[in-house]
Amino acid sequence: MTIAGFLSQLLQIAVALILAPLLVGWVNQCRAWLSNRSAPSLLLPYRTIRKLFAKDAVVAENASPIFRLTPYVVFGAMCCAAAIVPSLATDLPFARAADAIALVGLFALARVFMSLAAMDIGTAFGSLGARRDMFIGFLAEPALLMVLFTASLISGSTSLPEIVDTLAHREFGIYPSLAFAGVAFTMVSLAENARIPIDNPATHLELTMIHEAMLLEYSARHLALLEWASALKLFNYSCIGLAIFLPFGIVTSGTDWLALLSAAPLLIGKLAAGGFALALIETLSAKMRIFRAPEFLGTAFMLAVLAMLVNLLLGA
Amino acid sequence: MNNLELVVGAIIGWLALGALGLLRPRRLVYVSRVLFPAGAAVGLALAVVGFLSIGAPAQSLVLPLGLPDLPFHLRLDALSAFFLLLLGATAAAVSIYSAGYFRANDGSVPGLICLEYHVFLAAMAMVLVADDAYLFMVAWETMALSSYFLVTTDHKIPEIRRAGFLYLLIAHVGALAILLCFGVLQGGSGDYTFDAMRAIELAGAWPSIAFFLALVGFGAKAGLLPLHVWLPEAHPAAPSPVSALMSAVMLKTAIYGLLRVTFDLLHAQLWWWGVVTLAVGLVTALFGVVFAAVQSDMKRLLAYSSIENIGIIVAGIGLTILFRAYDKPLLAAITLTAVLYHALNHAFFKSLLFLATGSVLHSTHERSLGKLGGLIHRMPWVAGLALVGTLAIAGLPPLNGFVSEWLLLQAFLFTPTLPQSFVNMLVPLATAALVLAVALAAYVMVKFYGIIFLGRMREPHLAYAKDAGPMERVALIYLAFGCVVLGIFPVNVIAMLDPVNALLVGSSAMQEGPRSWLLLAPINADRSSYSPLIVLVVIVIVVLLTVQIVHRFYHGRVRRAPPWDCGFPGQTPRMQDTAEGFGQPIRNVFEPFFRMERHLPSPFDTKPVYSVKADDHFWHWLYVPIVRGAEVLARLVGRIQQGRISVYLTYSFFTLLALLFFVR
Repeated sequence: MTIAGFLSQLLQIAVALILAPLLVGWVNQCRAWLSNRSAPSLLLPYRTIRKLFAKDAVVAENASPIFRLTPYVVFGAMCCAAAIVPSLATDLPFARAADAIALVGLFALARVFMSLAAMDIGTAFGSLGARRDMFIGFLAEPALLMVLFTASLISGSTSLPEIVDTLAHREFGIYPSLAFAGVAFTMVSLAENARIPIDNPATHLELTMIHEAMLLEYSARHLALLEWASALKLFNYSCIGLAIFLPFGIVTSGTDWLALLSAAPLLIGKLAAGGFALALIETLSAKMRIFRAPEFLGTAFMLAVLAMLVNLLLGA
Repeated sequence: MNNLELVVGAIIGWLALGALGLLRPRRLVYVSRVLFPAGAAVGLALAVVGFLSIGAPAQSLVLPLGLPDLPFHLRLDALSAFFLLLLGATAAAVSIYSAGYFRANDGSVPGLICLEYHVFLAAMAMVLVADDAYLFMVAWETMALSSYFLVTTDHKIPEIRRAGFLYLLIAHVGALAILLCFGVLQGGSGDYTFDAMRAIELAGAWPSIAFFLALVGFGAKAGLLPLHVWLPEAHPAAPSPVSALMSAVMLKTAIYGLLRVTFDLLHAQLWWWGVVTLAVGLVTALFGVVFAAVQSDMKRLLAYSSIENIGIIVAGIGLTILFRAYDKPLLAAITLTAVLYHALNHAFFKSLLFLATGSVLHSTHERSLGKLGGLIHRMPWVAGLALVGTLAIAGLPPLNGFVSEWLLLQAFLFTPTLPQSFVNMLVPLATAALVLAVALAAYVMVKFYGIIFLGRMREPHLAYAKDAGPMERVALIYLAFGCVVLGIFPVNVIAMLDPVNALLVGSSAMQEGPRSWLLLAPINADRSSYSPLIVLVVIVIVVLLTVQIVHRFYHGRVRRAPPWDCGFPGQTPRMQDTAEGFGQPIRNVFEPFFRMERHLPSPFDTKPVYSVKADDHFWHWLYVPIVRGAEVLARLVGRIQQGRISVYLTYSFFTLLALLFFVR
C-alpha cells in the first residue's frame, strides 16, 4: 500500500463522513416538498449533530459500560464499512481486509451492539426496539447477502471493488438476475435504514417505532454519534446500490486525483437522484404493521434467492 | 517416547486421577484443589502433543490388552491429532473451571464425579486414537456410559433421571448403527482393524449402506435431525462443566467418526451422499436455531444452538463430499478447513457460554431466563467474558465464529464450477438456508445475553449474586482469549490444520495465493480476502480517535439520571421483555415448526395466567408412535408370560427342538 493509496482511502472515508448528513438532509427536504410542507434547511442534520455534541450527556443510572461503548462501536463499524464501499473510486486498499461478507458482518456487529445497548437500561421500549430490530435484521441481512452473492457470482469475486470493476466494464445490457437483485436490494435498504414502509424515521409514535425506540435513552454526544452513524449507514447502502446497479462513471484508480475530482459531481448527482427516489417511495407508501414486515422482507429474500438462481440458469 | 505413547500416557493419567478420586471421595478440597487441576494439566499436555503431531507422520501402536487374540490397535494421524488438540485444549479449561465449580451438595459425592469425569475424558481420547472397531466401540460405549452418569449427577430429581435415560437410549441406537457400519466396512474379511478396512474395496451398494449407517450412528451422537431430542434434555440436566464438555467435545467425537469413516475408511464418495448430508445438515441448523430462539431456559437455548452449529458443520461435510465426488480437491480442502475450523471454534465459544451459565446458575440458582436480568452489574467478569463468546457465536467479525462461516460461504460460492447442473441449482437454496441460520443465530444470542446480563434484575434476590471465583475466572478468560486468537490469526490456524486436509482429501487448502500471515485468501486475493486483524485495528483506531476528538473539542461530562422511557412513570423490571416475549416474533413467523400449546386468560379470570409451550413435532410424529408400537409389542410378548414353571419348561423344550432342527 502506497502513501497515495492510503491518502485516497482516507479521502473516501472523509467524503462519506461529510456527505452522509447532507444526504439525510436532502431526503428530508425532498419528503417535505413532496408532501407540500415547507422544507427544513439542507444543513439541518449538521446543526443537529453539532448541537448534540455540545450538550451534557444524560445517562441512565443503571446503564452498564456496554451502553456507553455502543455509540463508538457502531460509529467505528460504519466508518469501516465506508472504507470498503466504493463511492468515488474502486481502488480501496482497505477492501482487501474485508470483502462483501465482512461488510454484512460489520453491519451485523453494529446492529447487535445497538440491540444490546437498547436492552441494557431495562425499559419496556428499549427491549421492544431491540427485539424488533433483530427481527428485521434476521430477514434483511440474509437478503442483502444473497444480493451481494448474485453480484459476486457474476464477477467471480466477493471483494466489493472487484465486483464493481467487473460490473462497470461490461457491455451495457439488461441482466435479469441483477433486475431481481435490484428490487430485493431496494426493499432491504428501506428496512435496514428504518424507512417507510417498515419504520418511520420521523416519528416517536411509541407503538410503531423500531430504530427510534433503541435510541430513546441516548442523549448528547452519544446520540450525535448514533445519528451520524445511521446517516453513514444510509450513505453506505446508497453507495452499494449505486456501485452495483449503476456503476458507470466510477474511477478505477484512486490516486488519479483529476479523475477523482470529476467523479465527485457524478456521485453527488447520483446520490441526489437516489435520495429523491427514496423520498418518493416513502411518500407514496404507508407504514406497515410490524407483523406484515416478515412478508415484505420474505419477498425481498425470495427475490434475492431467485436472482441467484436466474444467474445460474441463464448465466447473466 | 513418541507422541502416541504420550497420548496413551495422558489417557492413563486421566484414568489414574479418576481412580484417586475414590481414595477420599467425600473430601471436596482434595478433589477440587488437587485432582481437577492435575486433570487440567494433563489436558494441556495432551493439547500440546496433539498440536505437535498434526504435521508429524502417522504412528501406530498395538497394546496387548482386551480379549485374547484381539489386542488394542492405536494410531495417531493428523485427523486424530487435530481432535486431540481440540479435546485437550477444551478439557484443560473445563477442568480448571470444575475445580472451582463443584460443591459438596451437588448430588453425587465429589470423588465419584471426579472418577466419572476423568473416565469420560479418557474415553474420548481413546475414541480418537482407536484404530480398530473393537477398541473404538469399547471407548465409544465407555464415553456414553460415563457421560450418562455425569448427566445424572443430580439423580434425586426425576426429570434428570428421565433426561439421562433418553440420552442413554439414543446413544445406544447410534452405537448400534455404528456397530453395523463397521460390520459392513470389514467386507466379510472378519478383520476389524481400520487398516484392513482401508485395504478392502467394497462393491455395489455396500459403500452407501456403510456411509448412511455412519451418518445415522454418528448423527445420533452429534444431534442431527431427527435424533436430536436428547440434547435439549440432557444438556440442562447435567452440571454446567459437563454440559460444556459434552457440547464442545463429545459432539465433535461424532464429527470425527463421520470424517474418519467417510474420508478415510471408505475409498470413493458418491455425489448424492453429499446432497443428502448437506440437506440434513442445513435442516438441522435451521431447526436448531429456530428452536433456540423460543427457549426460556438458558441451557436449553444453548443446547439448541449446539444443534444448529452441528448442522452447519455437517452441511460443510456434505459440501466436502460433493467436491470430493466431483474431483475438486482444492475446493474440498477449503470446505474441510471450514468444517474443522468451525468445530474448533464451537468447542471454544460453546464451552465458554456453558461455563458462564454455570456461574450464573451457581450464584442465582436460577436457570429460567424469565427470572434473570441485570447480572452485568453483579457479575462483571462473567458478563464481560460471556460477551466475547456471545459475539463470537453470533458470527460477528473480527471474532472466530465469523472466520469459519466466511470460509464456508466462500466454499458455497465456488460450487457453480460443479459439472452437474442439478446440484448447481441446489446451491442458492443451500446458501440461503445457511445465511438464514447464521443471521438467526445473532438474534438468539442477543436474546441470551440481553436477558441474562442486561436490563434490570427481574427478581429481587439477584442483587445478592456474586461474581465467579478465581478458578472459574481463569477458565473463562482462557476460553475468551481462545475465541479472540482463533478469530484474529486465521491464516496460522489454517496452516496448522492443513495436514488434515492432505490426509482426508489429498490437497492442501493453501496451494495458491499470496502466503501472507495477515491476509486470509483461500484461492487468490482478487477473488476474496479477509484480514480480521486489520479490521480490528481499524475499528479500535476509529473508536479511540472518536473518543479523543469528542472529549478534546467538547467535554466528557456525564450526568446520571433515572431512565427516561418516553417519560413513562412507574417502570418496573417486569415491563422488560421476557424470554417468551423476545422470541415471540420468531414463534409467529415459524409457527408451522412448532407444536404449540397455548393458554390464554379470559377477561373474567381473577388470577390470569398466560402460558405457551412450543414443542417439537418430532416427539409426536416419530417418537410417540415408536413408543406406542413398543408398548403394543410388549403386550403381545407379555401374553406368553404365564408365570408358571411348567409353561416355561415347555418353551425351553420347543426351543431346544427348534435348535436341534436348525443346527443339527
